[in-house]
Parts: sequence; C-alpha cells; structure tokens
Amino acid sequence: MATILFFGRLRDSVGTNALTAALPEGVDDTDGLRAWLGREHPVLRETSVRIAVNAELSPGNAPVADGDEIAFLPPMSGG
Amino acid sequence: MIRVQAEPFAPDAELAAFIVSVPDAGAVASFVGLVRSESEGGDVSGLELEHYPALTERAIAGIGEDARARFALAGLAIVHRCGAMAPGEPIVFVAAAAAHRRAAFDAVDYMMDRLKTEAPFWKRELGPDGARWIEPRDTDLKDRARWG
Repeated sequence: MATILFFGRLRDSVGTNALTAALPEGVDDTDGLRAWLGREHPVLRETSVRIAVNAELSPGNAPVADGDEIAFLPPMSGG
Repeated sequence: MIRVQAEPFAPDAELAAFIVSVPDAGAVASFVGLVRSESEGGDVSGLELEHYPALTERAIAGIGEDARARFALAGLAIVHRCGAMAPGEPIVFVAAAAAHRRAAFDAVDYMMDRLKTEAPFWKRELGPDGARWIEPRDTDLKDRARWG
C-alpha cells in the first residue's frame, strides 16, 4: 500500500487530502501513477502539478513502490 | 535562523534578535510580508496557508543555502507562518546581513522571489464569495526569472 497526499486545490478536486492505495501491477513510477489516478481525476495530469515521493521532489519521472508517501502538489506560493 | 510556525510572530523582535546575532555585519536588510485586507476577490477576512512540513522546511532551508552561496552574507533569517491568519498579520519575515548594504538588499529580494514561487505552501483566501486558492502571479514568476 502507498499513501497518496493531495495538497491545496487538489484536495478540493479529488475530495480528500489523503488516501491509501495498492499500486496496480505496472504502476511503478510517478508518470504511471499520474496516468492511473488521472483517469478518475484529470486535474492530476496538469503539467503544473508536481509529485513528491517521500517528501523529495525530482525534476522528472521517479520510481514509486508500496510503502511510499506520494504527494501531488499544485503550484506553490509562499510569502 | 529558519522557522515555520503556526503561532504569530513579532517582526520587531525577530529583527532585534537577528541584529544581535550578526555582530560583525555592516548592514542588515529585512522584509515583512503581511496578509492583505483586500484582493481582486474583494475584502479579505482571512488567509489559510497549508504546508507539507517535511518538504516545506527542507525547501526553505535550500533557499537559504542558495542565498548564502550567491551573496556574501554574514547571516540570514526566514520566519514563515502556516495555518490560519487574519488581515494585517505578518506572514513572512526575511532578513540578511552582510558587510555592505547591496548584498543584504539583494539577498532579501532573492529569497522573497524564491519563496513566492517555490516554497511548498498553498494559500487560500477567505472573502465575501467564500474561499479561493491563490497561485503565483505572472509578476511573481517574472521576478523569480530575474535570478536565473
């Protein structure tokens, strides 16, 4: 099982801030995860939405596995 | 000194503490960002700042490290609120100390441009028509792009 978090407006779009899911066969990287969850929630496919794995942001596709904490992040704005 | 906190802070106390911490500096510049009372959506009754603690603290520390690498600084401070805030309350305090003023001014400007566009916070403004999420404006992205 992986923990999947949704921040900011994504929480409103998806309807929850966190879910626990078994990653289906073949979903083993962030591109695959985005495509899988994006079928139900197209907002997750927006190019401005970034994905952090275990609180690490990587510039491109990154591996994901059961036990990971995976966060979908809309554009950030502090200050 | 870098902190993310839900509790309000007093910018004057932060500045005084920072100045004492950099006895060898010749210049200190600082900036305080406040919750606006008005926006495009009308009167603002409050602001909520969501964050992702593990990522947010590391990202802010990284912005501080980049500022140290880029400018000749004697020290820096970033204090950032999270959670619920009222109009007029400080959201962010940024300060930089250097031998001379230019590096201090530039470092504060640089850190704020990075915070506005890259710090993992998500901002929701409460107004007369309910709540709306605020994302970086084009001007924020242009300001950020000045630094390469």
